[in-house]
Amino acid sequence: LAADAEQTDWSALVFRVRDHQDRTAFAALFRHFAPRVKAFLMKSGASEALAEECAQDVMATLWQKAKLFDAERASVATWVFTIARNRRIDALRKSRRPEPEDLPWGPEPEPDQAEVFEAQQETERLGAALSQLPLKQRALIERAYFGDLSHSEIAAETGLPLGTIKSRIRLALDRLRQQMDVKATER
Amino acid sequence: MTIKHHLSDELLMAYAAADLPEAFNLVIAAHLSLCDECRARSMAFDALGGAVIEDSTCEMDEGSLAACLARIDGLAQVETAAPRRADAVLPAPLLDYVGGGLDRVKWRAVGMGVRQAILPTGDKGASARLLYIPGGAAMPDHGHRGLELTLVLQGAFRDEADRFGRGDIEIADASVEHTPVAEAGMDCICLAATQGSLKFNALLPRLAQPFFRI
Ligand SMILES: [Zn+2]
Ligand SMILES: [Zn+2]
Repeated sequence: LAADAEQTDWSALVFRVRDHQDRTAFAALFRHFAPRVKAFLMKSGASEALAEECAQDVMATLWQKAKLFDAERASVATWVFTIARNRRIDALRKSRRPEPEDLPWGPEPEPDQAEVFEAQQETERLGAALSQLPLKQRALIERAYFGDLSHSEIAAETGLPLGTIKSRIRLALDRLRQQMDVKATER
Repeated sequence: MTIKHHLSDELLMAYAAADLPEAFNLVIAAHLSLCDECRARSMAFDALGGAVIEDSTCEMDEGSLAACLARIDGLAQVETAAPRRADAVLPAPLLDYVGGGLDRVKWRAVGMGVRQAILPTGDKGASARLLYIPGGAAMPDHGHRGLELTLVLQGAFRDEADRFGRGDIEIADASVEHTPVAEAGMDCICLAATQGSLKFNALLPRLAQPFFRI
């Protein structure tokens, strides 16, 4: 089953939702992600009914915002997480969380396939690393994301391969900034 | 711009988890707007959130998918994100709080040439303010009851620890008692978020402070 999930190209499904309003692709995304969002919200303290409602909201938002999804910089799971996080803030009356300034470039119409693949691979590698952590450390990280910890309790030294993701994103940002500079000087 | 002082992993992770008071979220969002290094780290912590969400699942209600499919029927898709403005000093997230550019900030004097503007954040536990320190002037000597994040937006200041220029963030806790001094020349503008209250030592005798709740 796990092998199956690894082989599903979630971003291709989002592109089908984006380009063709493909309901079959949406249904496949729903079957995988909606129950995970619901579980996430319940672990964050939402009742089952509220979590169910919010999970449906999150999936409807995925439909609405499919054109804003940037597959080069985030996997679908990561993108779904950010939508669920915002929905949770409203639902559980958590502190407002301003977003950083938008990067001056949106998602590219034809994302680089290798970059898209890398983003998804990294989430999977990160997931594998997370599941191999000692139980206590893993529970600590999960509780942090469920909104259950004060920042002072969170251990920074987790041994997770965050550095590689960071360097890849950093490289992508540098490259994009260079391109923007070139474009700006050409004008 | 070379930023030397960055956010810690703890703060970036708590921001990813939406687990901080609004005032801290605001300072972090403002720093990320100026700093690609921390933006990349922040996106890595979002990816960790993605891995956490992948990790556990449960049953949806019966008819859940059908209900959602009915809901998206004819639901319009957003074409592009609404652009947000920034000005030369204030990054976009701050503009939303000030209600416009730097000229809209409602400054109030706090003594010795220093001015501040408290920003409207919702939490009781932490507060956010813009500080205006004339070039060469000192922030009133102060300590904190908890975490304090200070982000430089214009000019630079020095304190006992180091020099902080535009984009730099100073992370101080209750153990730090410092006197930031603005560098001569350009006036210094900072965004500061403080947990608990600021203790301005020079303004009031220490004993009286708890009653005045500065
Ligand atoms: Zn930084
Ligand atoms: Zn201080």
